[in-house]
Amino acid sequence: MSLLDYLRRKRKPTANVAKERLQIILAREHAGRHEPDYLPALKQELLEVVGKYVHIDPSAIKVNLERDGDCEILELNIALPEEQEALA
Amino acid sequence: MNLLQKEQFNTVSKETILGKIIVVTSGKGGVGKTTTSASFATGLAKRGNKTVVIDFDVGLRNLDLIMGCERRVVYDFVNVLNNEASLKQALIKDKRCDNLFVLPASQTRDKDALTQEGVGRVLDELKEDFDYIVCDSPAGIEKGAVMALYFADEALIVTNPEVSSVRDSDRILGILAAKSRRAEQGAEPIKEHLVITRYSPKRVEMGEMLSVEDVQELLSIPLIGVIPESEAVLSASNSGIPVINDEPSSSGQAYMDVVSRFMGEDKPMRFLEAERKGLLKRIFGT
Repeated sequence: MSLLDYLRRKRKPTANVAKERLQIILAREHAGRHEPDYLPALKQELLEVVGKYVHIDPSAIKVNLERDGDCEILELNIALPEEQEALA
Repeated sequence: MNLLQKEQFNTVSKETILGKIIVVTSGKGGVGKTTTSASFATGLAKRGNKTVVIDFDVGLRNLDLIMGCERRVVYDFVNVLNNEASLKQALIKDKRCDNLFVLPASQTRDKDALTQEGVGRVLDELKEDFDYIVCDSPAGIEKGAVMALYFADEALIVTNPEVSSVRDSDRILGILAAKSRRAEQGAEPIKEHLVITRYSPKRVEMGEMLSVEDVQELLSIPLIGVIPESEAVLSASNSGIPVINDEPSSSGQAYMDVVSRFMGEDKPMRFLEAERKGLLKRIFGT
C-alpha cells in the first residue's frame, strides 16, 4: 500500500499559495483595524445619495481612508457609467 | 496608607512577588489550546513552580478531562465567582504533581457568569498564592475569550500551520493589543509567544504545509516552540494524562522545551526536520 501511495503521489505543493493569500488578507485586515466604525455606513449612504441621480454599480464606489503622518485623508472614488443617464 | 501609596505598593509587589498570568489562546477552535494549557501548566509545576490552570470555557468544560480529574470536580470557577464556594474548595490538586491545581469551568451555566470584576477578584486572590496562573481560553472572540486574556501578563498563541488558524491568531493578536487590561491602561503590552502545533516536517518539505518560518513571518511574534503532529497527543488525552508526561514522545519533549524557553533557557528548536525512513519502511509502511 505504501509503495502504491508513493508512486501515485502527485499532490501539488500549495504552501506557497497559502502564504501569499495570507499575506494579502492579513495586510488588508491590519489596515482595516484602524478604520473608524462608521466607514461602512458612510459608504452605504453615499451610495444611496449618488444613486438618486445616476445609475451606479454598487461596486463602483470606493471609500478609502489613508493615514499620512498626522494627516488623515478620506478618499472617495466614484466611477460614473459612460453614458450618464439622469434619473429625473 | 492613602490610595496613591497603595497603588504604588501594588505595582511594586506585582512585579516582585505576585504570580504571573498567562493566557493560552488562538481564536480558532481545535488547534490545541487545552492540550497546550495542560502540558504547559504541568511543565511549570514539575519545575517547582506553584501553578494553577483555569478552564475559561464556561459551558464546554474539557480541561478536567485532559488533566484526568473529571471525576473529582465538585465546585467550579462559576461557583467561586458567585461566592458559592471558596477557591480552596474548588481547586483540584493534581494527582501526579504536588504544585499543580486545576480550576474547572462550569458545565451548565451561561457565559454571563464571567464578569470582569469577578474574574479580576479571583485572579488577584490566586496571584497571592501561585507563581503561575495559566488561563485556558475558549475558542472565538466572544466574552469568554476576552475575559481569559483581559488580565494576562503573557500569552501563548497556539497556531496550526494552516490558513484559517493563522488568520484567527492574527485576529487574536489584534485583540490582545487593543482590548486587554494592559492595553486599556497603557501599560507594557502583553508578552506574546507563538506555539505552532500539529506540525508535520514531512509535509512542509513537500511544500504542502506552511513552514515555521512562514507562520512566524506572517504573525511576526517570537516563536517559543513547535509541537510536531504525533499520535502521543491523542493517546494522552484518551488517558487523561497531559502529553508532557509522556517523556519519550516527541510532543512531550517539545512541550518540555517550551517550558524551558519560557523559564528563560536557551534551547534550540527541535522536530523541524522530517524523520528519514529506510527503504524497507517506505515500502512496507510503519
